[in-house]
Amino acid sequence: MTLAVKETIYQQDFQAKLENANQPAWLKDLREKAFAYFTENGFPTPKNEEWKYTNIAEISNFKFQISNSKAESQTGELLKEFNFERNGLTALHLAFADFVLVTIPKETSVEKPFEFNFKAAENEANFPHIIVVAEAGSKATIIENYESDAKSFTNSAIQIFVEDNANVTHYRVQKESAEAFHIGTTEITLKRGSFYNSTNINLGGRLSRHDIHLKFTGEGGEAFVDGLYMLSGAQHADTHSTIDHTVPNCTSHQTYKGVLNDRSRGVFNGKVFVRENASGTDAQQSNKNLLLSNDARVDTKPQLEIYNDDVKCAHGATVGQLEEEELFYLLSRGLNESLARNLLTYGFAEEIVNKIGIESIKKELDEAVLNRLQTILEA
Amino acid sequence: MLLEIKDLHAAIDGKEILKGLNLQVNKGEVHAIMGPNGSGKSTLAKVLAGHPSFEVTKGEVLYEGKNLLELEPDERAREGIFLAFQYPVEVPGVSNSQFLRLAYNEKMKHLGEEELDPLEFNDYLTEKAKIVEMDKAFFKRSVNEGFSGGEKKRNEILQMAVLDPKLAVLDETDSGLDIDALRIVAEGVNKLRGADKAIILVTHYQRLLNYIEPDFVHVLAGGKIVKEGGKELALELEEKGYDWVKAAGN
Ligand SMILES: Nc1ncnc2c1ncn2[C@@H]1O[C@H](COP(=O)(O)OP(=O)(O)O)[C@@H](O)[C@H]1O
Ligand SMILES: [Mg+2]
Repeated sequence: MTLAVKETIYQQDFQAKLENANQPAWLKDLREKAFAYFTENGFPTPKNEEWKYTNIAEISNFKFQISNSKAESQTGELLKEFNFERNGLTALHLAFADFVLVTIPKETSVEKPFEFNFKAAENEANFPHIIVVAEAGSKATIIENYESDAKSFTNSAIQIFVEDNANVTHYRVQKESAEAFHIGTTEITLKRGSFYNSTNINLGGRLSRHDIHLKFTGEGGEAFVDGLYMLSGAQHADTHSTIDHTVPNCTSHQTYKGVLNDRSRGVFNGKVFVRENASGTDAQQSNKNLLLSNDARVDTKPQLEIYNDDVKCAHGATVGQLEEEELFYLLSRGLNESLARNLLTYGFAEEIVNKIGIESIKKELDEAVLNRLQTILEA
Repeated sequence: MLLEIKDLHAAIDGKEILKGLNLQVNKGEVHAIMGPNGSGKSTLAKVLAGHPSFEVTKGEVLYEGKNLLELEPDERAREGIFLAFQYPVEVPGVSNSQFLRLAYNEKMKHLGEEELDPLEFNDYLTEKAKIVEMDKAFFKRSVNEGFSGGEKKRNEILQMAVLDPKLAVLDETDSGLDIDALRIVAEGVNKLRGADKAIILVTHYQRLLNYIEPDFVHVLAGGKIVKEGGKELALELEEKGYDWVKAAGN
């Protein structure tokens, strides 16, 4: 069999990565498979339906430096469950991934959040991969923080396994430079009676894309998958999410909000599947967008696919300007028009930010949101 | 004279609602405007506050001797006009105290007086909240979001207390209130009366006027004031209904 060779840009870097000592044979094997997939398929292009609105030519046309860290980090067999074959980017990610593994032992409640901070350097590519296993009855908070202050390329992934009756709170904050490229994949598996609550904040990046794949595999699970993208200038942010109800009596809530200024562009594609077997499902999904400029644009597509009658589902999307009645209410209290508009926009975004239960992060995001609005409002 | 409305005509979507309304309000007075549903009471209230959907097609409104109609809604508010909404608007994500401090400070700035920082304002707000017996828990909550009908109305009067307007227009502040809440709100409004201020109470029912005694009662029907009198007129309306005045409006 001959492989079609489509993409050779990181071939040498990959050889170096393979020669790195300290990795088990199975991992080496997995990386080779992933890299072969990347070589064969290349980067996704807008011809692919899933990438229709997000053109990543700026990533594929630039050779980023890959630092060859010698320290082989900890991983585990659960890595094999990561679906690297989604596209060339997920394959490239796995070929170069650097791992962190967190296990929260059975029936243990960990107060202090597990915090992961990633800062990408100029012209560098980074491939962080986190695996979180919340064992039965455990409870923990995970924070992912992505920063950069230059043109950089982050291609990250996290796998979260929420086992029976476990409880995971997950904050993901992406506030990279407006020059940066950011690709992220989140995979969540929810077992019986488990609870997962995530807030995904996207403020940075020249071009960013976040893919979320959540799957209920045990009855009685509940998940919140919420997010905010707040964009200005020429920023482009894309969220693709799949919530898969494969078993009965699970509940999912998804609220995503977008605030778009200048020429920025947002994409929200949210699929909810309710499989034949998944009776008693309750799935709610909404995507609301506020356009602050005539040149801003959003492509939103909430999709429900239901193969069972005994379900409660609702979804909807809106794209619009500030509500006139809300604006008049604020004006009638003496706020001038720009202050009133900013306050309403702030409130729109804060509905998501207010979900964050960690005061220091919430405060920082409040400030980031306010900065975006360039007002002099104080807390 | 604080407010003088002369031959006011106002329309929405090309449909004339107010058809030659006259009203004079002096400082220290409380005026009740009563009338059947759809007679234009809320329209009058919104025109005074400067709602952009309503177009004044004819007439004049003088506030402290100056043309009110050329002021923007926010300028009117800073000049001391306050509208308590019939249907208060929810503002998700913005806390009551944050909102009120901004509004208060905008007014102070306008008057050239000192602004309050969050701590100082919190003390000020705590004092004002006593007027409507409002719990501090409401300060942190988003403006009107998830408030019951009665809580929203109370929140309007709290805003009035904070902003201390010269002319307050209360649009159906009594509707949706049970008898205890009505008493609290009415007593709150009474505490805010003053010799240098005036209140226009818009109401469909007489019951609020048992608690807040008006100096004058005006009956609005078909976009015009069709009858005027003292507080006894309200009782007469309660007894006879609006039909006999409606006829006069047509
Ligand atoms: N936004 C609007 N668009 C069209 N007509 C309106 C609007 N608001 C009020 N009206 C009409 O104006 C008239 C007066 O309404 P309103 O001032 O609310 O009366 P009231 O407060 O006395 O019950 C009614 O016929 C009503 O249908
Ligand atoms: Mg009305």
